[in-house]
Amino acid sequence: MSNLNKTKNIIIEKTLKLDCGKEISSFPLAYETYGNLNEKKDNAILIFHALTGDQYASGINPITKKEGWWNYAVGPGKSFDTDKFFVICANVIGGCMGSYGPGTIDPLTNKPIGTNFPVITINDMVNAQYNLLDYLKIEKLFAVAGGSMGGMQVLQFVSNFPNKAKVALPIACTASHSAQNIAFNELGRQAIMSDSNWKEGLYDEKSTNPDKGLAVARMAAHITYLSKQGLQEKFGRNLQERSDLKFGFDADFQIESYLRYQGSVFVDRFDANSYLYITRAMDYFDLTKQYGGNLSKAFKDTKTKFFIISFTSDWLYPTSENKDIVIALNAIGADVGFVEIKTDKGHDSFLLDVPDFLSTIKNYLNTTYSNINERRI
Amino acid sequence: MKEEFKVISKFIEKKSRVLDVGCGDGILMEYLLKNKVVDVRGLEISKEKVKKCLSKGLAVIEGDAENDLKQFPDLSFDYVILSQTLQAFMSPENVIENLLRVGKKVIVTIPNFGHWKVRLDLLLKGEMPVTKNLPYQWYNTPNLHMCTIQDFYNFCNNKRVNIYKSISLNGEKISNITNSNLKYKNLISELGIFLLEK
Repeated sequence: MSNLNKTKNIIIEKTLKLDCGKEISSFPLAYETYGNLNEKKDNAILIFHALTGDQYASGINPITKKEGWWNYAVGPGKSFDTDKFFVICANVIGGCMGSYGPGTIDPLTNKPIGTNFPVITINDMVNAQYNLLDYLKIEKLFAVAGGSMGGMQVLQFVSNFPNKAKVALPIACTASHSAQNIAFNELGRQAIMSDSNWKEGLYDEKSTNPDKGLAVARMAAHITYLSKQGLQEKFGRNLQERSDLKFGFDADFQIESYLRYQGSVFVDRFDANSYLYITRAMDYFDLTKQYGGNLSKAFKDTKTKFFIISFTSDWLYPTSENKDIVIALNAIGADVGFVEIKTDKGHDSFLLDVPDFLSTIKNYLNTTYSNINERRI
Repeated sequence: MKEEFKVISKFIEKKSRVLDVGCGDGILMEYLLKNKVVDVRGLEISKEKVKKCLSKGLAVIEGDAENDLKQFPDLSFDYVILSQTLQAFMSPENVIENLLRVGKKVIVTIPNFGHWKVRLDLLLKGEMPVTKNLPYQWYNTPNLHMCTIQDFYNFCNNKRVNIYKSISLNGEKISNITNSNLKYKNLISELGIFLLEK
């Protein structure tokens, strides 16, 4: 990740008080934009990325040379139509794509900050990104959107800044990380921390990283992003380039080979400590508790139009948890739409080519944008 | 535009908050938004129809009235509309109760099983009636609890629900139902439209 100096970023001078009590200032926030801000400055959409995402939502990621993580949804003529909207996406703090994170070099030691980085929360991530809107001189966003951890940031954003966005699209997310969510994250963290290269988080990026641990963490997590049916249909018990079992521990099955591959490519683009910090932030996310056990209170002052989407085969952030958000919004008469999209692609559906999902968002955004302009709403 | 929707929209005062239960493609919602400038929400069970509504920017949530009305607070809408779906619920009684809890006023429309053609089918042919408004066979009908306009009146009387306005729809003919013409309207109406209050 030596090309990180190529990322677009701003230095946030303003002091940010973190939930853990520490304060940070003069820290970098890397971001990317797509499309153009119009004269009225009313077409901006802020997109929040998920656990392993980054600011490169669309096109080709210049660092990894691979497609942006939301290339299906963001781009000219797509759901978030960059011919029409100005799409902004920032790397979260704690991340490893140019924003302030555990991989940032500490000028005093000339080494990565590592686990001396403060524990951050979803709230801290959102508050950090708010500064980007000031920098881009955007007073009001047309929309905020994101899936998974991105959806959590959407919820936090609207609760922190009730009238900063006209539309909010939290997708496949939850208002409160469940025990199962925390359990899977803990499994990933333990895999990393038990890698002898982790060295209490003070590994030097240039030499030996806890790649094995990080790869296992990714493999375990990847399973949670897919559905049982999806896995069965894609892989079944198919063997990997062999006609019979080898009676050993190589990857006999295609699913094993697939997971190993997912693990190995992940370590090339992601920092193990970032994985620890970001999963921790997700685990700490409990908007319901933040508002004294009543999620409705998180949204009580908002005029934002919500559109919540879940997926039938997502068992990581199931429909019931998405529906809890709908219920909380209905309880205060907020403007809310909700649909569960039928797909066997699991939690990952929001990142994939799911035509129903992509077209519904596109139509919703386009119609709502023109309705707001005609002042019908 | 369906005659039924015209009648419904006449019941609704401007600038009120409306919930359309079983909103379908959102045609009534759009009509109300255009003509009444109301804040209108929808609840719909079919994913396909919900997607259509959301594509039009309508605030519709996927769900079914028997389970998902619970989430709406007491008297949180000025009007709650239930168009031609009461007969399809497992428990119409509970649904009506919930509608009256959520809405200050409730608009219910029912296909009238007391219509003369329906009566004639059973009387002359000895077969379960199949009509334009009730096109199903007994073995595939989603309509579990058919009732007549008279039945609905009796129900409201028993439950102490006040029928505020009562309209008969026969083809494109719109007329008032009163206590004195009830027997006759129960014979000639294809649809009954009622404005209720607890």
